Amino acid sequence: MTAPRTLFDKLWDSHVVGRRDDGSCLLWIDRHFVHEGSHHAFRKLSERGIPVSEPGLTFGVADHYVPTRGRARSGGTGTAGIENPTIRGMVTTLEENTKAHGIHLFGLGDRRQGIVHVVGPEQGLTLPGLTIVCGDSHTSTHGAFGAMAFGIGATDVAHVMATQTIWKKKLKVLRIRVDGRLGPGVGAKDVALAWIARLGADGARGHVVEYAGPVVEGLTMEGRMTLCNLSIEGGARCGMVAPDAVTLDYLHDRPFAPKGDEWEVAEAAWRALASDDGAEFDREVTLDGSDIAPVVTWGTSPEDAAPIDATVPDPDRASEERAGHIRAALDYMGLAPGRPLDGIAIDQVFIGSCTNARIEDLRAAAAVLKGRRAQVPGLVSPGSSLVKAQAEAEGLDQIFRAAGLEWVESGCSMCVGMNGDIVAPGKRCASTTNRNFRGRQGPGARTHLMSPAMVAAAAIAGHLTDVRPMLEGRT
Amino acid sequence: MSGWSRHEGLGVALPDESIDTDQLIPARFMATPRAQGYGRFLLHDLRHDAEGRPLPDFPLNRVPDATILITGRNFGAGSSREAAVYALVDAGIRAVLAPSFGDIFAANAINNGLLPARISSGDMERLTGAMPDRLEIDLMARCVTGGGLQALFELDPVWQMKLVNGWDDIDLTGAHQDDIAAFATADRIRRPWARPAAERSLS
Repeated sequence: MTAPRTLFDKLWDSHVVGRRDDGSCLLWIDRHFVHEGSHHAFRKLSERGIPVSEPGLTFGVADHYVPTRGRARSGGTGTAGIENPTIRGMVTTLEENTKAHGIHLFGLGDRRQGIVHVVGPEQGLTLPGLTIVCGDSHTSTHGAFGAMAFGIGATDVAHVMATQTIWKKKLKVLRIRVDGRLGPGVGAKDVALAWIARLGADGARGHVVEYAGPVVEGLTMEGRMTLCNLSIEGGARCGMVAPDAVTLDYLHDRPFAPKGDEWEVAEAAWRALASDDGAEFDREVTLDGSDIAPVVTWGTSPEDAAPIDATVPDPDRASEERAGHIRAALDYMGLAPGRPLDGIAIDQVFIGSCTNARIEDLRAAAAVLKGRRAQVPGLVSPGSSLVKAQAEAEGLDQIFRAAGLEWVESGCSMCVGMNGDIVAPGKRCASTTNRNFRGRQGPGARTHLMSPAMVAAAAIAGHLTDVRPMLEGRT
Repeated sequence: MSGWSRHEGLGVALPDESIDTDQLIPARFMATPRAQGYGRFLLHDLRHDAEGRPLPDFPLNRVPDATILITGRNFGAGSSREAAVYALVDAGIRAVLAPSFGDIFAANAINNGLLPARISSGDMERLTGAMPDRLEIDLMARCVTGGGLQALFELDPVWQMKLVNGWDDIDLTGAHQDDIAAFATADRIRRPWARPAAERSLS
């Protein structure tokens, strides 16, 4: 009888290639995603004259720098139409590098192009039981399928390309249970920001987070991806959810997922992944989902988050340790201590990013916006080109357009501002993204993070506000 | 990469907490080839005014020769961009002392010979009060001395050895080539489903 193991233990044990005396393990990597930002790593390989060892396990996606406007006009792979030469260079360099190494690319002209953390799951490249890495911290998203998925830097990207492995010391496991039930207008984004506000942006440092409990089991794959995506904002390298019927339903018939007999074998393996009864966690935290209200951020770290019916914190009433950060954050954000969060006027909205731009997110925003008009301008960038097509088939694009928002192509867009979609200095944006860091959406930009439904509500009101009254009488 | 076990240099304090990767290097600079140097991008939007003029009072502008940075908790949180480490290293920084670090940042730092040393909040405050001053770091003793103070720091022993020896993971992994090949072969049988069903999907 072996000791009960956690989901993380099982994932770890099944990928150990070798061990060193110092306790580090060499882990096999099942999937590796690269994007325009991977140019440093490709250069490291070429400097050493090393080939990619398993090009069939590496996939390229153009997302960080791609334009979100004017793409329909440019022919071929679509890069020729990019006006900014630096941005065009980033996208064409990815094309050249993936081609040179025999790596399949979901490029700019591909109908399956989108944000890497949306495309991977959508294509069935992300599966339970896999190790998945990418040079992007939000790789934690893929853990929603019961995979061990984490972001890595350029040196490690080059190592994975060269060896299909990575050196790692085993992490600790924090289980976050969410009991009870979420109220109407409350979703995965609110759960994530609620735990990060409670534990801190470094609260889960050195841990992977396994999410469990009835609220998590009740989430769709889209919701679970949002939750796992934001794990890194609480300091955790990975988030994960044990695969169940919801996971299997999502994956069945996805293009790269196993088929036929192979699916049967896979399903049996995946069903055995859940943490065993009696498995021990290094740390456990429990939240009551019924207590969670829609959450917004007020500062410059994702931990600076509070329910919409709260007020902006007062540094004079905070601990000495915390007061300095609050003062600096409020100064940057242009907010006075003690004022209600509800009513903070915004200049624009953004609906997009690997956190909240999947079909369910767009539906949630559209459900609030339908038949209403936004008081401020805004951008809606779907998580992938396939999500965009699906949303258009459902008529969601018409709802966004009728509300006065701009419906654009898919990419990382205004979440990271690399493609030129930025918030102007001093402007305030209600955003479905993942980081409210200083300058994240552009130099001097002021970001308030919240769910797609809450962004829609802010667009209609012209200020931060509680979405729940706007949902009354709507499903 | 060459290893190191001692470093003596000028320390500078930046006592803010949560100095994230997007502040260490704003995204708009990241298309630049590394060969051009990343030091000028370090904390760019904190060090300069809106017109791009250096702010004379910013600690790193007052102590441009600093090689050791003392800062608040959650340093390097956020993005996996190794460019955040390149900016520090290219600006001459050899060690960052803080109560906590973003995990990916810390791993990237080690891969580039930069020490992410965890010190207690109390030591952080005491050292901050004593800066700028010369400091000496002893990696094997996990100790920083200077400004009339001495503080022990935490560092994963695996990372300590990597820094001291200047180990490169790709070189180290070379010794495991046979293990990797054996794992891959056995894994194709053990988990046939784990490889992407590529042939059926790429058309």
